[in-house]
Amino acid sequence: MSFLGAIGAAQKEAMDADERVVIIGEDVEANVYGTTGAGKSRKDKGDFLQMYGRNRIRNTPISEEVIVGAAAGAAMTGLRPIVDLSYSSFLYMAMDQFVNQVAKNRYMFGGQASMPVVFRSAMFYGLNTGAHHSDRPYPMFMNVPGLKIVVPASPSDAKGLLRTAIDSDDPVLTFEACQLWGLKEEVEEDEYRIPFGVARTVREGTDVTVVAIATAVPEAVKAADALAAEGVSVEVIDPRTLVPLDSRAVLESVAKTGRLVVADPAHKTCGAAAEISAIVAEEAFDALKAPIARVVTPDTQIPFSPALEKQLYPARDSIAAAVRRVAGARPRELALS
Amino acid sequence: MLRIRRFDERASKMVKRGQIPGTVHTSIGQEAQVVGATMALGDDDYMTGNHRSHGHPIGKGSPLGPLMAELVGKGTGVCGGKGGSLHLADFNVGSLGESGIVGSSIPIATGAALSSKVLGNGRVSLAFFGDGAANQGCLYEAMNMAGVWDLPVVFLCENNQYALSTPAHTVTSGVIAERAAGFGIPGVRVEDGQDVLAVFEAVSAAVERARRGEGPSLVEVVTYRFNEHSEGLRLGVDYRDAAEKASWLEKDPIVLFRKHLVAEGVATDDELDALEREVDAEVEDAFEFSQTSPFPDPSVAFADLYTEPFGPTHLSRDGVQSAEQAHAEIGV
Ligand SMILES: Cc1ncc(C[n+]2csc(CCOP(=O)(O)OP(=O)(O)O)c2C)c(N)n1
Repeated sequence: MSFLGAIGAAQKEAMDADERVVIIGEDVEANVYGTTGAGKSRKDKGDFLQMYGRNRIRNTPISEEVIVGAAAGAAMTGLRPIVDLSYSSFLYMAMDQFVNQVAKNRYMFGGQASMPVVFRSAMFYGLNTGAHHSDRPYPMFMNVPGLKIVVPASPSDAKGLLRTAIDSDDPVLTFEACQLWGLKEEVEEDEYRIPFGVARTVREGTDVTVVAIATAVPEAVKAADALAAEGVSVEVIDPRTLVPLDSRAVLESVAKTGRLVVADPAHKTCGAAAEISAIVAEEAFDALKAPIARVVTPDTQIPFSPALEKQLYPARDSIAAAVRRVAGARPRELALS
Repeated sequence: MLRIRRFDERASKMVKRGQIPGTVHTSIGQEAQVVGATMALGDDDYMTGNHRSHGHPIGKGSPLGPLMAELVGKGTGVCGGKGGSLHLADFNVGSLGESGIVGSSIPIATGAALSSKVLGNGRVSLAFFGDGAANQGCLYEAMNMAGVWDLPVVFLCENNQYALSTPAHTVTSGVIAERAAGFGIPGVRVEDGQDVLAVFEAVSAAVERARRGEGPSLVEVVTYRFNEHSEGLRLGVDYRDAAEKASWLEKDPIVLFRKHLVAEGVATDDELDALEREVDAEVEDAFEFSQTSPFPDPSVAFADLYTEPFGPTHLSRDGVQSAEQAHAEIGV
């Protein structure tokens, strides 16, 4: 099953299981983004509009602010909406609703409201869509208490995490990397859920811990394969959910390996990698045998030209280079250089 | 109306005495508009409001004690001290929350109407906002969405003619009520917003239309605030003309309605005096309640962020929850 198919499957399971689950978004009737139907054609069986009707499959105007706010209001009063915001760059249109309503209402009203709503959006980076469609904005939202942030990196995780997200009585933002959409693997056909705050150890190793996010996960695995041939044993950890973050898994791994590389396709400043690095520096400094390394997207906007864009994101080579650096480094020498 | 008036007068006094932290915006002068609108709603109907925030839940039937306690930041407040004047909410009476961000709660009311529609529970939703908020884009996104989906929502513009110091006509192109026409929904302007019955009639028509499944409406009510934008605000410039103010003070909705009730033989002056004393006592009780209630335990600063108790940041290697660390840091 593909990553995209897994999302569709999770949505279908949830729609079948609970009448309060509705899907809200632009072009969801026509299944333009591929998660509200089994195929492109209306005639194919498995079309969400045919199965659930217009009351539950809600094609919206292009009005992100009210889509997000109305989904929040609906969640506060009995529905469990799944909102498809398509490109994650469009979340900025609704920043007020995300920050001032979705994230704050439960807290501000002393627990009277719960907010069972999932906001899905796709990160189109690496696909030459230019600066307006290539954002990876999860760190901005990690900075807003009250939201849960999910970044799946495999079809199985996409399905299990989305089911948990839909069950959650708190607002969840999931960020799906489009480059992973076509990724296929065996996915459990039966219903299952993956708990939030539990990282996946993608590959075990003893020399260096690589914490990787989104497309950096398969790249880190490729780097680990290459490094194994050089005799460096790399442990790859995918946190899967950034809020809550399974820092214990990261800390335990670093306690074992003594070295940390964080590979994160978001921008460098105040990013997820910065947060994970800070946690390790705060909690496991004593275990570190080398400085932490971040492999991230530099603080520049995303250019259109393939010649310019590709080099910016964490990739197998840049991750491997960082691992070699921390594996060979002597902290004292580095400090002096 | 009297409850709102006395509650707001007391709140204003409390601000002056330093008994309320933060800011307070009263609805004094605007009570007819608030009550005419909320009386048109049923108990189960939803409502969202804004920073001019006390009248709405009172109009919806919320008891005064927990509202007053919330203004003071007490644990017995409607929001347990987490909201304050700007964010009063009482879900028991369908009050889904006031909002400190101008215009921001309009989409929330629209969403409540969406859930009524999907669940078929017949509830109507009403969003209060000012003439200033009427220039926020989210209102137009909401009117359009509600229009195409026939959502049972009433958009209620409290046109008190000023947004803080800014006269509405200097920032508002055209007539607010007429903007509804662009969305194919009814827009009515209640010129005499000091007449509670006129407001009640207009909003009732909009509520009934929503309840019949015919969709949203916009109701603009022309009114006036008697106090400053917020209590204690001292502005160097007089942006409101003295003659204008005086002429509106003549149109006190409570005085007008009292005259009406007596003239129509609905109530005698004595009965209304007794009612005033009852309301005074109710507000006094609410004040007492707000004063004698305890402040919340500092540890609840970390509660209700999420439905499940997980540390807002992370677990350390020792498994210590960050919320507990945070408690330790602030000495709880
Ligand atoms: C988005 C936003 N911008 C500005 C403010 C500051 N502010 C608070 S109330 C207010 C005036 C609002 O006027 P109106 O909507 O007409 O309501 P009124 O105060 O007249 O009842 C302003 C500018 C705010 N709270 N939120």
